Amino acid sequence: MAPAATTPVVTLRPTGAVRRRQRVEQVVKAGLLGTASVSVLTTVLIVFSLLQPTVEFFREVSVGAFFGGTDWAPNFQPASFGVWPIVGGTLVVTGIAVLVAVPCGLGVAFYLSEYARPRVRRVLKPVLELLAGIPTVVFGFFALTFVNPKLVDRFWPIGDVSTFSALGAGLVMGVMIVPIMTSLSEDAMSAVPESLRQAGVALGATRREVSTKVVFPAALSGIVAATVLAVSRAIGETMIALLAAGNRPNLSANPGEDMQTMTAYIGSTALGDIATQTIQYKTIFAVGALLFAVTFVLNIASARVVRRFRQAYE
Amino acid sequence: MTAPVSLVGTVGIGRRIRDAAFRGLLYAAVGVALGTLLVLLVDTVNQGRPKIGMDLYRNFPSARPARAGIQSAIYGSLWVVGLTAVMSLPLGVGTAVYLEEYARRDRWYTRLIELNIQNLAAVPSIVYGILGLAFIARGPLGWGPTIRTASLTLTLVVLPTVIISSREALRAVPPSLRQGAVALGATTWQTVWRQVLPGAAPGISTGSILAVSRALGESAPLLLLGGLAFISFNPPAGPAALESPYTVLPIQVFQYATDARQEFHVIAAATIVVLLAMLLLLNGAAIAIRNRYQRKW
Repeated sequence: MAPAATTPVVTLRPTGAVRRRQRVEQVVKAGLLGTASVSVLTTVLIVFSLLQPTVEFFREVSVGAFFGGTDWAPNFQPASFGVWPIVGGTLVVTGIAVLVAVPCGLGVAFYLSEYARPRVRRVLKPVLELLAGIPTVVFGFFALTFVNPKLVDRFWPIGDVSTFSALGAGLVMGVMIVPIMTSLSEDAMSAVPESLRQAGVALGATRREVSTKVVFPAALSGIVAATVLAVSRAIGETMIALLAAGNRPNLSANPGEDMQTMTAYIGSTALGDIATQTIQYKTIFAVGALLFAVTFVLNIASARVVRRFRQAYE
Repeated sequence: MTAPVSLVGTVGIGRRIRDAAFRGLLYAAVGVALGTLLVLLVDTVNQGRPKIGMDLYRNFPSARPARAGIQSAIYGSLWVVGLTAVMSLPLGVGTAVYLEEYARRDRWYTRLIELNIQNLAAVPSIVYGILGLAFIARGPLGWGPTIRTASLTLTLVVLPTVIISSREALRAVPPSLRQGAVALGATTWQTVWRQVLPGAAPGISTGSILAVSRALGESAPLLLLGGLAFISFNPPAGPAALESPYTVLPIQVFQYATDARQEFHVIAAATIVVLLAMLLLLNGAAIAIRNRYQRKW
């Protein structure tokens, strides 16, 4: 492929045009590497932007008070920085979302991959893409003005339900995540070789038995990866929690109550114009760092599982 | 002679019930997804109906419901999303070309870049807002709450998606095309520029439009970047717009939705209808490109 010749006998030495082409080649390659490094730089910048204020935050607030405390009131006097109420809020909302998204997403994936006729698939898939394309602020508005007053308030049996509820936010967030869950698990299911299904049918298995006893175990690692990514997405989702779950730090197990998530804390605190050197400003970064760390671990775990399952069938 | 054994009906009644129940559950799952989508659309259009009209476009955001509109948000969204597209396209396609056509798979840094992009695609968008706040709005760049701050931040948000979809489009171009070009003496870049990129262009445009349409609906990072304000003027035409304060449609939805007064929820719903119409337009364009130009190799 390289046009350069070493033997001087025949003049295959690069002409001016060839040398120019080689130079262009090098410049282009360097340029492309430059664009590729932007994404690496982004990660570096995220880590740096989080790190410095977070370190400064922990100079003023002890690590024990942050991770051990159950009172979250960073904007009050005296301020208190126990992170558990907003972690608890995040866990409750995420838990509900995952309880909706995983069974529902898996069901749709099974239907698309094992049951639906090609014509139904051709219609259903773009409709699911439509669901995936709806902005999260729209889901948040729907949770606030429809699900909270018309479903949660009416049917949730425990305690009084206010305008906001973790349940309404979680339910809508779950539906929002269904397309992600579906597309990743369906990828895993269609990667299962057809011969396995045929073997199952030949042994007399019904479609359900092939789905649950052949396809499901074979696609399990992909489904696990999809679930992990769904959890990560729910933890990081801001607008639905901010609009519909409320903004009161509230360490409670009753999902009918209003709760603040970590993302909602960041979103609502950053709305005001906070001075750079204040503890409130640094608190945003400390919570952001926690959020980034948790989702980072989940994303990498998911990527690893996906990689392993790809190697199994290709 | 053995009597003919009928295989019909060998599936026992218990199994048949379970089969039917399983099928029912799958239908239910599809029903939940589609039903929610339907209820969401119908309910939003219903709520917003009284406000959908030219007044919504003519008026600017306001704290008084009778005079509240979204004109500056429409133009703000067009500017922010347009600039995001202009920045994220070359960066994303360049990265994709590097990874698909130049990078050596066996090198650790290639693997690092790939894993990094996978992670970035799943980083919560509000974390990008924190990055934008620390580095772009304040800190080293110090651009303040302006359109260029919003666009650059959203560029970083959508970049991983642009890269991933462009890579898929490049991968769909058959290797024989590259081999043919190289056999004729073309350099790698000549091959990419004259053979691979034209072949992958429809796929790249479709994927990129879908990625950029994400920027149109994105609001969480912009909450941190001063997008939340009653902006009663449009961004100036020309480069001066870059340094103009801004608001965008999803932020306007948020602002109206958080107001306790019912009239504002009507405006929020009407704004959502406008936002969804713009998204539908973009997605429709993406699908049209896919159907019109996509080649089967």
